[in-house]
Amino acid sequence: MDRIAGIINLDHEQDLLDELTYFRCGAAVPFAGRYRMIDFAVSNMANSRIESVAVFARRKYRSLMDHLEQGKAWDLDRKRGGMFILPPDWNDPTDISKGDLQHFHNNLDFLHRAWADYILVSGSQNICNIDFQEVLKEHKEVDADVTVVYNRVDELYPEYQLAHKLEIDQNSRVTGIHNDHSSINVYMDMYLVKKDLMIELIEQCIAHGGSHFFLDGIKAKLAELHIHAYEYEGTHALVNSVESYYRNSCKLLEADQHDGLFGNEAPIFTKVKNEAPSKYLPSSEVTNTLVANGCVIEGQVEDSILFRGVKIGEGAIIKNSIIMQRCEIEPNAVLENVILDKDCKISAGRTLIGAPEKPFVVPKRKSM
Amino acid sequence: MKNKECVAMLLAGGQGTRLKSLTKRVAKPAVYFGGKYRIIDFPLSNCTNSGIDTVGVLTQYEPLILNDYIGIGSPWDLDRKYGGVSVLPPFMQSDGGGWYTGTANAIYRNLQFLNQYEPEHVLILSGDHIYKMDYSEMLEHHKESGADCTISVIEVPWEEANRFGIMNANEQGRITEFDEKPEHPKSNLASMGVYIFRGDVLKQYLIEDAENENSSHDFGKDIIPALLRDYKKMMAYRFDGYWKDVGTVDSLWEANMDLLKKDPDLNLNDGEWRIYSKNPNQPPQYLAPTAKVKNALINEGCRIHGTVDTSIIFYGVQVSDSSVVKDSVIMPDVKIGKNVTINRAIISKGTVIEDGAVIGDPTPGSEITLVAEEGSVLASNYVNT
Repeated sequence: MDRIAGIINLDHEQDLLDELTYFRCGAAVPFAGRYRMIDFAVSNMANSRIESVAVFARRKYRSLMDHLEQGKAWDLDRKRGGMFILPPDWNDPTDISKGDLQHFHNNLDFLHRAWADYILVSGSQNICNIDFQEVLKEHKEVDADVTVVYNRVDELYPEYQLAHKLEIDQNSRVTGIHNDHSSINVYMDMYLVKKDLMIELIEQCIAHGGSHFFLDGIKAKLAELHIHAYEYEGTHALVNSVESYYRNSCKLLEADQHDGLFGNEAPIFTKVKNEAPSKYLPSSEVTNTLVANGCVIEGQVEDSILFRGVKIGEGAIIKNSIIMQRCEIEPNAVLENVILDKDCKISAGRTLIGAPEKPFVVPKRKSM
Repeated sequence: MKNKECVAMLLAGGQGTRLKSLTKRVAKPAVYFGGKYRIIDFPLSNCTNSGIDTVGVLTQYEPLILNDYIGIGSPWDLDRKYGGVSVLPPFMQSDGGGWYTGTANAIYRNLQFLNQYEPEHVLILSGDHIYKMDYSEMLEHHKESGADCTISVIEVPWEEANRFGIMNANEQGRITEFDEKPEHPKSNLASMGVYIFRGDVLKQYLIEDAENENSSHDFGKDIIPALLRDYKKMMAYRFDGYWKDVGTVDSLWEANMDLLKKDPDLNLNDGEWRIYSKNPNQPPQYLAPTAKVKNALINEGCRIHGTVDTSIIFYGVQVSDSSVVKDSVIMPDVKIGKNVTINRAIISKGTVIEDGAVIGDPTPGSEITLVAEEGSVLASNYVNT
C-alpha cells in the first residue's frame, strides 16, 4: 500500500477575518457550530488514512495548538506517525531559506522520517470533504509528478479572487496557473507529490532563492513537470474573508451543503467538549438553525448558527446571526446579521443590527 | 508503586429486569439516560471529579456493550499508567470458579485486584443510580470519624421508605440498625448503595463471608449486618442532592423528564462537575423552518422537522415533517417518519418508525409505552406497553 503523509501549510494564509483573526490564525476560527476551520483539513487527512500530519504554523497559533492537542480527536495520537505541530523556531546560522521554504527546509526531518511515499499538502481555508486516496489513485493512473486539486465552480464569488486558477488541457494536465478572476477552475490549495521529488524540489528552490514552494517549486516548473489537475466535485466553500465566512456559514443551513460536508461516511472530527444536550425552554422558538450542545434557549432564534454553550434569554430575538461559544444573550436583546465571537455578553434589551451583506462582528469576550 | 488511598469498585453486573426489553442486550449500567449519557457515566464521572483514579468495574450480565463503552476509560480520564479503569468479569481459577453469586462475592473474587493497590479505603458503588456526588467529601467524613464503614444515606419520603434499605442512626450519625425494605420503617434514611470501607476491614469480612455457606454473599443482606453484629463503627453520611434509582421503565422516564425543569435538581450544565461520556462525534443539531421545539433536551446530529414537546432526544435522531413527539424519550439514531404521533413513550436505539404510526397513550398518569425492538420498522397504529 502506498502511504501518504500530510502537511497543513498555514505559512501563507493571511488573517483576513478582521475581528475573528485578531488573536488567532484563520485556521483556528470557529466554524459550523462546533468546529474550527482546520478540522476539515485534518479530518480529510485522517479519513484518507494519512497517519502522519505536520502543521506548519507561523503566527497566532496559541488557540490552534490548544485545539489540536496531540491530534487525539483525529486518532492522530500515535506511536508511529501522528500529529506534529511545527511553529517557527529554527536557529541554523547557515540557513538561507525564505518564506514557507524555511518551514520545509527546517522540517526536512519530518519528510525524511515520515513513513510515506507521497506527501499531501493542504491549507485550511478550503472547506470540503475529500478522499485523498482518490487523488492518489488518479495521480498514479496518469503518472503525474504533481497532482493539484481544484473545483469547477458554478458561480464566481469574491473570495475566489484570492485563489489561484488553473488552465487545463483535455487530458486534465495543468498548462497554466494564474489569478484570472473570470476562470472557474479554482485551485483548492491542495497538492500531492512523491516524497523524493518533493525533497528534490525543495532543495532546488532554496538554492535559487525561492520563498514560496508552490509558486517557485511547482508553478515555475510547469513545463518540466507533469502537473495533473484532480477535479473535486463535492461540497466546497472557500473562507478567506468575513463576507465569505458569513455567507458560507449561512449556506450550511441548506440541506445540500450540510449533507455534503457532514452527511457521508467520512465524519468531520473536532476536539470533544463534554457539553450536555441543548435545552429548549417552553418560551423558546427556534427555526432553520444549527445548534451545538450545551445551549440553553429561552428566546427566539431563526436562520442562525449557535455554537456550544450559548445562552439565549427570554424574549431575545436572534436572526441571521452566528453566535460563538459561551456567548450570553440577555432577555429581550435583538441581534440581526451579527457575528459574535466567543464569550461575548449582550445585555438585556440591547439591539445590534448589521447589514445582510456586511455582518456586524463583535470581537471575543466583549460585553455590550 | 505507592499504595492508593482509595480505590472504587463499581458493581455493574446487574440485569435490571424491570427495565424490560431495554436491558435485553445490555446491562443496566449501559442503559441510556439524559439525551447523551449511559447510567454508568454518572458514577464514573463522579469518581474522576472526586479525584479517584482507580476503578474496578465488575461486569457479568451482557457485558459486550459495556466493555466496548468503557474501553480504557479515556472519556472519564481514567486511562492511567498506574490505576485507571479495569473491567473485571468473572473468571476461572485453578480451584474452580464461575459466576459471581452476589455483590460481596464479586468483590471477594477480585481481592487480588484490590491487593495490587493496598488501598486504605475501598469505595463500593453501583451502576444503577443517577446522581452527582463528591466522594472525596464522604471519604473525608469517613476518615475524620474513624469509621470502619461509612454508608451514604438520603432522606426519602416516609411512605416510600419501605422500598429501601433503611438506616437507623443515633444523633452522632452512628448506624445502630439496618432494615432491608422494612414494613414499618423507623427512619427515612435510605442507603444509596454507596459504601466506604476501611480496606483491612472489608477484606476480613469478605473472607469470613466467603467461608459462610449460609450467606447469600450480598452487601446489604450479609456484610453490613455482620459488621453491625460485631459493633464495628458504622457511620451514616447524609447526602442531600438529586439521587434517583432508575430501575423501572417509569422511573427511567421520570428521571429524564426531571431534566426538563427550568432549574433542574440535576444540573448537567455544571462546568465544575461535568458528566463525561463517549462522544459520538456528530454535527450540530438542525431545526428546520417547520420545527416546533419546546421544553426539550436535544443532542447533536439530530434533524428536527416536526414538533418536539417536553421530550429528550438523543443523538442522530430524525423527526420528519408533521410528526409530533410529546412527553417521550427518543434514544440514539431513531428515525421517525412523517405524520407520526408519539406520546409518553421510550423509543430505543435505532428504531425506525414508519409514516403515520401512532404510539403511546397521551392520558396523564398512563403507563409509559416502551418500543424496544432495535432496527424494527413499525406498522401503523402501533400501541404497545
